[in-house]
Amino acid sequence: MSVKARALPESLRFLLLAFLVLWVVLAAFPFLWTLWGSFKVEGDFFSKASWSLALTGDLTRVETGGSFTGEGYEGAWIQEEFWRSVLNTTIVCFCVVTISLTLSTLGGYALSRSNHNYAFWLLIIALMFRAMPPITLVSGYLLPFYEWNLWGRLSTTIVVLVAINQPFSLWMLTSFFRNIPKDLDESAMVDGCNRFQAFRHVIIPVMWPGVITTGLFSFLLAYNDFAVTAMLLEKDNQTMIPKIASFLGTTQTKGNVMFAVAAVISATAPLFVLILFFQRQIVSGLTAGAVKG
Amino acid sequence: MTKMTKLLGATAVATVMGTAAYSDAHGCSADGRLNIIGNEFPAILSVAALAQACDGIEGEANLTADHQSLNVPGMSGNPAEYTAAVVANSSIVALINEDVIRPLDDLVGEYGTGISPSQLITVNGKIMAVAFMANAQTLMYREDVLNDLGIEIPTSYEDVLVAAAMIRDAGVMENPLSGAYASGWNLAQEFVNMYIGTGGEFFEAGTANANVNNAEGVEALEMMAALSEYMNPDYLTHDSNAAGAEWEAGNVAMMNMWGSRAQVLMDDEGSTPQVADNTRITAPLMVGDSGVPATTLWWDGWTVAKNISDEDAAATFIAMTHAVSPALLNDDTMDQAVWLVEGFVPQPVNEGVLSAVAAGSKPYPMVPFQGLLHTALANELADFMQGNESAEQALADVEAAYTSAAIESGFVTE
Amino acid sequence: MLLLIAFPIGSVIMQSLYAQHEQVIEIVENCGPFGCTKEAAVNTEATQELRDAQPLGRFVGLENYLNRGHLAVSELAEAWRLSDSWGDYGNRIMNLPFYSAIIFTLTFTFIVTPMAIGLGFAIAIAVNSASKVLRGPLIFVSLLPFIINPLVGSLVLFWMVDARGVLGHGLQWLTSDPDLSVKASTPLMWIMLMIYGVWHTAPFAFVVFYAGLQTVNQDTNEAAMIDGANRWQRVRYVTIPHIMPLVTFVALIQIMDNFRVFEPLVSFSAGAHATSLSYYIYSDLGGETRLLNSAAATSVLTIICVGILLSPVLVRTWRDFKRA
Repeated sequence: MSVKARALPESLRFLLLAFLVLWVVLAAFPFLWTLWGSFKVEGDFFSKASWSLALTGDLTRVETGGSFTGEGYEGAWIQEEFWRSVLNTTIVCFCVVTISLTLSTLGGYALSRSNHNYAFWLLIIALMFRAMPPITLVSGYLLPFYEWNLWGRLSTTIVVLVAINQPFSLWMLTSFFRNIPKDLDESAMVDGCNRFQAFRHVIIPVMWPGVITTGLFSFLLAYNDFAVTAMLLEKDNQTMIPKIASFLGTTQTKGNVMFAVAAVISATAPLFVLILFFQRQIVSGLTAGAVKG
Repeated sequence: MTKMTKLLGATAVATVMGTAAYSDAHGCSADGRLNIIGNEFPAILSVAALAQACDGIEGEANLTADHQSLNVPGMSGNPAEYTAAVVANSSIVALINEDVIRPLDDLVGEYGTGISPSQLITVNGKIMAVAFMANAQTLMYREDVLNDLGIEIPTSYEDVLVAAAMIRDAGVMENPLSGAYASGWNLAQEFVNMYIGTGGEFFEAGTANANVNNAEGVEALEMMAALSEYMNPDYLTHDSNAAGAEWEAGNVAMMNMWGSRAQVLMDDEGSTPQVADNTRITAPLMVGDSGVPATTLWWDGWTVAKNISDEDAAATFIAMTHAVSPALLNDDTMDQAVWLVEGFVPQPVNEGVLSAVAAGSKPYPMVPFQGLLHTALANELADFMQGNESAEQALADVEAAYTSAAIESGFVTE
Repeated sequence: MLLLIAFPIGSVIMQSLYAQHEQVIEIVENCGPFGCTKEAAVNTEATQELRDAQPLGRFVGLENYLNRGHLAVSELAEAWRLSDSWGDYGNRIMNLPFYSAIIFTLTFTFIVTPMAIGLGFAIAIAVNSASKVLRGPLIFVSLLPFIINPLVGSLVLFWMVDARGVLGHGLQWLTSDPDLSVKASTPLMWIMLMIYGVWHTAPFAFVVFYAGLQTVNQDTNEAAMIDGANRWQRVRYVTIPHIMPLVTFVALIQIMDNFRVFEPLVSFSAGAHATSLSYYIYSDLGGETRLLNSAAATSVLTIICVGILLSPVLVRTWRDFKRA
């Protein structure tokens, strides 16, 4: 029955397909262009003479002898030790995601089941904080962090990123939990569970899409953050994005720009694996059909 | 003339009697902490690396494009995180205003034998910094293009306009001019150059009241607008990186460019031999008849933090002095900058900066409120360049924006 | 954690009510490698005394908010007096930095937010109807605009839209106008910034909606079908109400984020054509002398504007809250 219900008429299927193809092209083109360009030299990829140089790679042939060059990757990974930043990013991302999911799952559930006014105002304060431009925030943190010798540590950065991320994940999970009918855990409580058991046995099994999605965004925030990490980390424990920015520098040193391009491409590869992995969690029907009010 | 001898003094002395200067320049040992904050480009990286190599020092460096946001907070604590800051004539004033760097007179007396007097930056008689490199914007031109059309090397912006018209009319290039005209800091810097060239003064004498809405200001803006007619229509988005790319693509015959970029533009990487081999740099351009070149001289130097122990300050001073001693110079570092270091041999790429000094150019003003004016110029001039408002209106806006910022910062009282 | 959140809000509000001390200026002789000049300098000792007397600075009340850099009350009145038509008045207002920034910011927010939500929803529906094998790669590709680091992403895009870049050249070919340059024209720059905004933020809406679609109650859907609802009606009456809280949430976050639009302006060097409130703060904080108080005042105004913009959503959330 349900299979039949989801079968689409030909015309609609075609329309959706055309739209998807268009979107995939729009979304992927700049990435593929960068991927292709990362194997060229700067003079080709960033050419003011003609865009077609990036395709034909004239200067790449002149300067390196081949149509493709791995110089960007070699420079980034071997010469500039990009792997160190990858390691730091991994630590930061893991901690930020774990801490912020733990806090916001518990907090989000509590807020979604609370009728007290302060719960609402807590959300509003979190919102105000989020509305502040990050530059203002970080410049406010700098002085005390230097004074208390907290500056330049991964742990400080993790705490700040969690704080910046918390309002977002709290709101997001509160919305998700509110989407899970109250009857579900209330009926469990009628059956004799306490609040915690209800959460453990009823909510946890159905909360994963929300948690995973929130986790994905927390991850991306920590992964892509520049404003905080650039200002709060030292050279030794820099994460990937400030490292890439330092390849670009204020005055672009020749060749280093291609390090940045190569680094961005290599930084996207682990994300591909990660998303492939998590999409199975989302799609494989962990919840599809579980929430039957 | 005196200025030239002062700068070239350091280099000439060393080239002539080079060997003698080497007697005790090698080796460096100091006991204490060193942590450098500064911008990130090859010349500073070389200096920082050498300073950290000093024996017995706990060396660290944070070289980043965000150094201006980090240096004041990082030097305000006690003890300060950073013991040394690498600054330029524009950025030292913020450190002096906040009182986070120490006078170096005692340290220079005790450990500064290797420093030439022309490297010392003094404010009100007190030594506040030690300069180690110089920079300036000067004319860069394509010899082949000018020769083919029989054009003399321009010495003034008026000549540049004539030459640009000839190149365009001959159909050689559609937009023969370029420059770092990106809206923001770059555009403001071009105005500062041009305004100095017209002989204007930025402030009413003895006060912090801005004074740019005058005949010289209008003349400077109108020259910039006239030049922009011969630039790529996107010129308001071209910083020095983009202008350099235009140059390497062979689209441009003349531009006012930083001496520090010359080396990159004159090598054969990124462009055809036709462009690279015909790239020349020469003296800065004049504008009008004031006799002052339309450019500014810049130095980069290092300072020592105030809120650190005297031992750390001494160690920092010794290490930094060593880092800008002749030990710095080798085949790799020689053409990274115009070094104000004994033993520096001027390279062909340094010609522009040296001739800017020789031509009697003025340094970028080391005035506490110049930065505020620069920001006001950066925000308000694009409207004029796009033809949305008159030069007078744009300059009036600059003064109004500056005044409200200066009142807030306490430089001007209402 | 609460400290990290509450402290900056408090200190920014405080800062916005103060100005820096008067600086004691004297004329001194400065010397360097290029000779000596007589220049102004701050007398640090005398200034330090003033600082010690008032550690926070001069209290100026709302003056920071009312000066030319912000609400520009007296300049507005002056412009009103001098201008001879509404158009002229509009031009004079656009000449004031705060107003020109807020006009772009508002336009950007109101165009990009609904378009990104619509596009995100459409992609979510389309991906959800694709076969299961394809969904993984599709999700990844759809997320690319969002996860590619904005720093390099927009650097590459900036070169692509250059008059001689691949996209800029494509545009010239499409419009058969060889002189067309996105970077040289204010309207085109605005349009490009907004297209970039939609492209960059739609994936966020997509993922949230996609996750939401996984929990659509199939029983209700089937019941609706048995009742004779067509496909569109089922989307309209079953799917959309189900993900409505998510729409509210996405709208909330996106309005907030779009209102703080900043990175694209920097990476596209769009300063000549468009400025936003965040860009304005950045320029205050980025100069050689940092204008902390002015930046604080702009930040507070940003928060207030976000509050006003979000008030419908907040009222809705409040009602949800009471209903739940």
